[in-house]
Amino acid sequence: MNGLRTARLGLARGGIELRQTFTNWPDLFAYLFFPVIQLVVLFLLRGHRVPGASFSLGSLTLPSAIGMGLAFGGIVGITAQLCSEREDGTLLRAKATPGGMAGYVIGKISYISAGSLVGLVGTLVIGLIAFPGVHLTVGGAATLVWVAALGLLATIPLGIVAGSVLPSPRFMPLVMLPFGGIAAISGIFYPITHLARWLQAVAQVFPVYWLGLGTRAALLPSNLASVEIDGAWRLPLVFLVLALWSLLGLALAPSVLRRMARHESGSRVAARRERAMLRAT
Amino acid sequence: MSDEAVEACDLRMRYGTHDVLDGIDFEIRTGEVVALLGPNGAGKTTTIEILEGFRARSAGRVTVLGTDPERGGEQWRARLGVVLQSWRDHHKWRVRELLQHLGRYYARYATPEFPRPWQTDELINLVGLSAQAGKRISNLSGGQRRRLDVAIGIVGRPELLFLDEPTAGFDPAARREFHELVHRLTDIERATVLLTTHDLAEAEKLADRVLVLAGGRIIADGSPDELALRMSAQAEVRWTVDGQRYVHPTDEATAFTRKLFAQYGESVEDLEVRRASLEDTYLALVEEYER
Repeated sequence: MNGLRTARLGLARGGIELRQTFTNWPDLFAYLFFPVIQLVVLFLLRGHRVPGASFSLGSLTLPSAIGMGLAFGGIVGITAQLCSEREDGTLLRAKATPGGMAGYVIGKISYISAGSLVGLVGTLVIGLIAFPGVHLTVGGAATLVWVAALGLLATIPLGIVAGSVLPSPRFMPLVMLPFGGIAAISGIFYPITHLARWLQAVAQVFPVYWLGLGTRAALLPSNLASVEIDGAWRLPLVFLVLALWSLLGLALAPSVLRRMARHESGSRVAARRERAMLRAT
Repeated sequence: MSDEAVEACDLRMRYGTHDVLDGIDFEIRTGEVVALLGPNGAGKTTTIEILEGFRARSAGRVTVLGTDPERGGEQWRARLGVVLQSWRDHHKWRVRELLQHLGRYYARYATPEFPRPWQTDELINLVGLSAQAGKRISNLSGGQRRRLDVAIGIVGRPELLFLDEPTAGFDPAARREFHELVHRLTDIERATVLLTTHDLAEAEKLADRVLVLAGGRIIADGSPDELALRMSAQAEVRWTVDGQRYVHPTDEATAFTRKLFAQYGESVEDLEVRRASLEDTYLALVEEYER
């Protein structure tokens, strides 16, 4: 009963924060900046062909970008939010409120998930209209739903772990750079089969590749699987790897988060603030 | 219910080999306003954080509202209010929106004696933010932000409120307004309050009792008047006779003044008898301790 009330408070919190993002210009600009640039670039790439197939590179990359967007929100988005809200005292405030930590975490998960899904739907609609070859069948829609859900489940706990471990927002590059590196070798911007074998092996350890593969499987004609590893969409493996990452994240995140929350106190927030001020002057 | 809102017995806190709190004992009775004073690094914040349940102590027995803060659950948490020094959180939220949202967490802990949470608009009015209720928190002035912090601290109608240097950085007008707010809280709500401050006049104005912490020990515990009396029986007598101003320190102000009148009668003008202020007492105490 209490759990249900806390969940409702968390959802309300996520809703309020989502509305804040969509009703003020700086936040909206930050939210739209990269997706819009990405769409413009992909649009300009429409004329280029995928090597080994007569298909537009832009249209091939758009579904991959949807998959990467989910992973980006789940990992980088959550990490950034946790880091900065730990520094400004939002987490301590949650800790000082009865049931506040649970409400905060549920709020953050729902905020990031909803934000990612809005991005997904937006990109998808534009893709269907402006990118020839991108299409959505009933089966594809079902695939997209489970891939997106499992993708968020696989990445958000990882973001929570990273956000709990990073000492301050200054350390965000420690998450951003590896994410960028992994995305670069995950077959998002170019078919992965054109990379060296060992890079393909590395990419297949991480969830980004599998998310991109899943969203491509959902939105592209089946003959395009020919540019993938083994010439197939390998959906059972997509499920398996994302499920394994989910289990790992879900096993780690609660205890790491609790540990971090236990150590939050007023003097810690004050000390971080002082350091931030020193840097600013 | 016990009469003691807070009890600490031989409370110790050690970081590495350094004892920040070296076995302190004190209690705070329900309904009391207690000020915790002490030089920087004396352990005030550590003490408050242990009581708030935000920091684990090294040794000693502590109960806050009848519970060990290290074992306090959400039910216990709901009965506390916390106002810290440097909160900049929720800057994108609006004042009413945030108070309304945070208040909802307390609703399930309402009792007939403590209806929770505080009704949002009534609370906004109490802290004098009615004109800013729809504003984004990042657009509040420093004093307004502080009043919002107090409002958040009391939104759950706490039985015990912690205020950590509540008026640091306030201008005199904002400070006076804040003092009035605390008086209103303790009068209407009969809340127990523990506050830390560097402003001795503030402690004198707000607190029923003052604890002075130095070097990890409590070196004084009493009402501001008691402390002043204990430290120095000395007072300063100032007067004017025939346009000439005199100042005389004495241990027996009453006897001295009587003699003064006996000698000069009606020609004594502008007579003042000043006891040592809390500030004098405090500085003397800390100095004595540090010697």
